[in-house]
Amino acid sequence: MNLYAIKAIYTFEMARTVRTLMQSIVSPVLSTSLYFVVFGAAIGSRIEAIDGVSYAAFLVPGLIMLSVLTQSISNASFGIHFPKFIGTIYEVLSAPVSPFEIVVGYVGAAATKSVILGLIILATATLFVSVEILHPVWMLAFLVLTSVTFSLFGFLIGIWAKNFEQLQIIPLLIITPLVFLGGSFYSIKMLPPVWQTVTYFNPVLYLVSGFRWSFYGNADVNVGLSLLMILLFLALCLYAVSWIFKTGYQIKT
Amino acid sequence: MSPIIQIESLSKIYDTGFEALKSVSLDVEDGEILALLGPNGAGKTTLISIIVGLVNATGGSVTVDGRDIVDDYRHTRALIGLVPQEITTDAFETVWATITHTRGLFGLAADPAYIEQLLKDLSLWDKKGEKLMTLSGGMKRRVMIAKALSHKPRILFLDEPTAGVDVELRKDMWALVRRLKDSGVTIILTTHYIDEAEEIADRVAVINHGEIIVVEEKAELMRKLGQKTLFLDLQERLTVLPESLSAFNVALSEDGNQLIYTYDTNAERTGITRLLATLNDSGIRFRDLSTTQSSLEDIFVKLVRDEA
Repeated sequence: MNLYAIKAIYTFEMARTVRTLMQSIVSPVLSTSLYFVVFGAAIGSRIEAIDGVSYAAFLVPGLIMLSVLTQSISNASFGIHFPKFIGTIYEVLSAPVSPFEIVVGYVGAAATKSVILGLIILATATLFVSVEILHPVWMLAFLVLTSVTFSLFGFLIGIWAKNFEQLQIIPLLIITPLVFLGGSFYSIKMLPPVWQTVTYFNPVLYLVSGFRWSFYGNADVNVGLSLLMILLFLALCLYAVSWIFKTGYQIKT
Repeated sequence: MSPIIQIESLSKIYDTGFEALKSVSLDVEDGEILALLGPNGAGKTTLISIIVGLVNATGGSVTVDGRDIVDDYRHTRALIGLVPQEITTDAFETVWATITHTRGLFGLAADPAYIEQLLKDLSLWDKKGEKLMTLSGGMKRRVMIAKALSHKPRILFLDEPTAGVDVELRKDMWALVRRLKDSGVTIILTTHYIDEAEEIADRVAVINHGEIIVVEEKAELMRKLGQKTLFLDLQERLTVLPESLSAFNVALSEDGNQLIYTYDTNAERTGITRLLATLNDSGIRFRDLSTTQSSLEDIFVKLVRDEA
């Protein structure tokens, strides 16, 4: 195992976060705060409690997930796409580094950023609403698993994308709608039965639901199912990454 | 001693259908400087890229230090340093950070004393804390070399290292290449500056249309393929070449003041004695004479042209 290489890639990526602090951390925190002000305080006060949880508090896990999902994808996809774009990827590809080590370095850094971001947003949320966490270990487990899985997914997008437009397409056209329609801002019990059924096909529902369960003990779907879905998606991403490195798809000619 | 790099029937066909390498076989000896010459698109960079792991070969095999570059990539890549043709750097990194980063990728712990020496050798020491985007093109090129040497490779690939660099850097670079060779590093370089290959290489391989046309000791290549030219400065200007000289491979210079005779140094007879006798018989007198040996560039141009 080339631990120095993992450390080199990880440190390099984390240094990028520090350089782009505004974009990586400050901007998502600001937008989340705005959500709390608008939906939590202003509009939320007129919405009745969901399963005994105030709407503002109900929003917290959903908003954290929204940021964690989008930032995991954005950080990881950019992290690998940029060196591919400017050509510095040659260095990693010609070094004695295994695909597994490359993935651990890039995805590990992107996931670390997401976990930190999630915790910062959680801390920010406590400034607006009182948040209780019934299962802190599970909360952390869901946060880490989601961060890793979606950073891996972002890594795949970063490799697949041929240009910066493609880099934006999947997060913008697929992930954002899935997150908004996956119960981040409402319980699916509030939907008509038909739309409830449709939502069960949205993988984000399982992430948000499991994560919210770790806070308040309430969930739209069984927490075991949530965990299973994350692990399934993680396995799919791992398989795709290993296929990419085996074939050299979009990395080597 | 077995070669440090053995290339066997290596071929590469890109997805576009372009056949960049056609069954190339080549041995690189340990500790030598091999110059890989060839026109643009001949397959030089593809060949290097396959050996370092940037491009997948379509067929054939390559071993480095006796190990297969695919099955044993950790061992083979750890031995190799690459200075690519394009200057690609992370604009926001400092010189020190980017070189330490490369060393880390090669699985080595930080070695500040070695990096300091490397930066001093490449006249980069006073730039160590500067971001790469603030450096000039020449300085960036030096950084690329420092990165390639950060893990003390046994084999160094220099892909067009002197393209677009000034005279001073070029001199520094060749001095460095000589020092590296003296320390036992094997160097494979591609260059368009054939005079440099002529000056520095031990052996020359010429590649064209994805095929190695010739691999030879530089001196041997020049001896084998070398032609000499004899220039005779005439006492009296000629307007046309006399009939008596038509049997010789001789030409009259444009201004009519010089006769130019090209001959093969390896031929049994160079024909010089007969030419001089004929000139004497024809009453053509000359003031001075000089000869030149054809350069590697002339040989290269001839080879590529013949092959085409």
